[in-house]
Amino acid sequence: MQGNVACAEGALAAGCSFFGGYPITPSTEVAEHMAQRLPRKGGTFIQMEDEIASIAAVIGAAWTGARAMTATSGPGFSLMMENIGFAVMTETPCVIVNIQRGGPSTGQPTMSAQADMMQCRFGSHGDYSIIALSPASVQEMYELTAAAFNLADRFRVPVFLMADEIIGHMRERIEIPDSVPKVERKLLKQGVLPFHPDDDLVPGFPQFGKGYGVHVTGLTHDERGYPCATNPRVHEQLVRRLVEKVEGKRHEIADYRVTNPDAELVFITYGSPARTVEQVVHDNPGKEIGHLRFRTVWPFSENALREFPNARAFLVPEQNLGQMAREIERHTSVPVIRLPRFGGALHTPGELVAALEGLK
Amino acid sequence: MRHEVRFSGFGGQGIILSAVILGRAAVMYDGTYAVQTQVYGPEARGGASMSAVIIDDSPILYPKVTDPDILVIMSQEGFEKYGVEVRDDALMILDSSLVHTRPRCRYLEIPATREAKMTLGRDIVANIIMLGALVRATGIVKESSLERAILDSVPKGTEDLNIRAMKRGIELATEGRVQ
Repeated sequence: MQGNVACAEGALAAGCSFFGGYPITPSTEVAEHMAQRLPRKGGTFIQMEDEIASIAAVIGAAWTGARAMTATSGPGFSLMMENIGFAVMTETPCVIVNIQRGGPSTGQPTMSAQADMMQCRFGSHGDYSIIALSPASVQEMYELTAAAFNLADRFRVPVFLMADEIIGHMRERIEIPDSVPKVERKLLKQGVLPFHPDDDLVPGFPQFGKGYGVHVTGLTHDERGYPCATNPRVHEQLVRRLVEKVEGKRHEIADYRVTNPDAELVFITYGSPARTVEQVVHDNPGKEIGHLRFRTVWPFSENALREFPNARAFLVPEQNLGQMAREIERHTSVPVIRLPRFGGALHTPGELVAALEGLK
Repeated sequence: MRHEVRFSGFGGQGIILSAVILGRAAVMYDGTYAVQTQVYGPEARGGASMSAVIIDDSPILYPKVTDPDILVIMSQEGFEKYGVEVRDDALMILDSSLVHTRPRCRYLEIPATREAKMTLGRDIVANIIMLGALVRATGIVKESSLERAILDSVPKGTEDLNIRAMKRGIELATEGRVQ
C-alpha cells in the first residue's frame, strides 16, 4: 500500500468523517483516496477552491463534532497558516497532513524534503504550541494518522502529520489492525462556561447543534468566549494556557524509539532518514551506534536525549539545513552534528557511515 | 534473496505502474517483502521517469535502490541517466525500439514498443511486455503472481490486452538471448 493511501485509511479507521482539501503534489493521493472512500462511509469530502478555504472548512466541520482533516504540501501549508492560528486560538481539534516537498515557494513539487518542521511549529503569528508527528514507514502513516485524531481531541489543538514525499509516495507491506484506539472528545459540562478549562487546562467541547449558544472568535476571549481584546490579564492567561496545555504534557505526549542506549555516537532522526540509520545499525551489529527516532516531533521532549547517557555526539540527518538539530542543540551540551541532505534525495547508508568514521 | 530493480523511461509509459505491479506480485502473491519508490518530474507526460523496487525475504530498511542488479530501460534518456553506471553483473532489459546504445553489463533486447504497436495495436502496453520479459528472464516473482498483480492494477476492459502483452513479453524473452 502507498504511504498516502495508508494515511487516508488510518484516518478512516479513526472515524474521520470530514475531509476538506485542495490537491497538491505530493499529497494528492490522500485526497484522492478520501474522495473515493469517505462518501461510502457516510462522511463528507469537499474539494475546496484553495487551501485557505480547505482549513476553514475543516475547522467548521470540527465544531459540529466531526473528526476532520486536510492534507497538503508546502505552498498549501503556507496558505493555511492564518487559519491554523485561528484553530489554535479557538481550540479546534483537527488533523493537518503535510507531505513535505522541496521549498521555498513551489520549489520541487515531486521531491522529498523536511524543511517545514519549524513552519509547522511557529508558522502562524502569536505565541502558541501544537503537536506534530513524523512517520517513517507506510505502517506509521496509518498508525500515526489515527493517533493524531486522538491527540487533537484530547488537547483541542491542530495536530500535524509531518511526513515527507519519500514516505508518502513509497509503497510497502502494511498490516492493518482490526481497530485503532480511540479517545473521545471531552464535551462541555452543563453550567460550565464554554472556555473554562478543567484541571488539564483543556475546556470541555461545546459542540454545535447540541444546544449551546457559543461565540467562537479568533480575538482574545474570556471564558464565556466573548471578545476581550484589550485586557492584558485575560490575554496573558489565555495564551499561557494555550501553550501550557501542550508543553506541560510534553513528556507524556513524547513518542520515540531508542536503539543501543549505551552508544557514544547517536543518530537522531524522524521521518525517512530514520530508514537509512536503521540500515546502518543493522549492517553494523553491536552496540556502538545509537539511534533515537522521534515519532512525535512537537512538543519536543528533551528527556529523550537523556536516554543516551554516554553520548559524545548526536548526529542529525535531516532533509533540511538543520531545523530539528537546532532544537536539539538548545537542550544538550553534547555536540550536535548536522547532516543536511536536500534536493530530494535520501541520505545513503554510505554517507552516514562516513560521518561516523570522521568521529572515531 | 535480495533484488534491486530499477525501471526508467519517460512519463506516460507506465514506468511507475510497472514497479507497483512488480512489488504487488512479490508482496501479495509471493509473500515476500517489497518497497517501491520513484523519481519523477512535475510534467504529466514526456519528462524522465524512474521507479524502483526492492524485493527481499526479510523486512527492508533502507528503501531506495542504490545499486540495482536488474534494470528495465525504456528510453534513450532513461538509459543515459540511469543505465550507464551499473555494475558489470547486472542484467538490463532494454526496449530495443527506443534505446540505441548498449550497456557494459549483460543485456536482453526486447522491442517492446514496436511489438505493442504492431502485434497488439496499442503502444500503451509496452511496459507490460517488458514486465513479462523481466519475469521470464529473472524469475524474480512467479509468472502466475505477475499475472494476478497485472489484473489487480489495470483498468477494467483492458485485462485481456494486458495479459496478451505479458505473454508476448514472456515469448520474446524466451526467444531472445542475453548478451
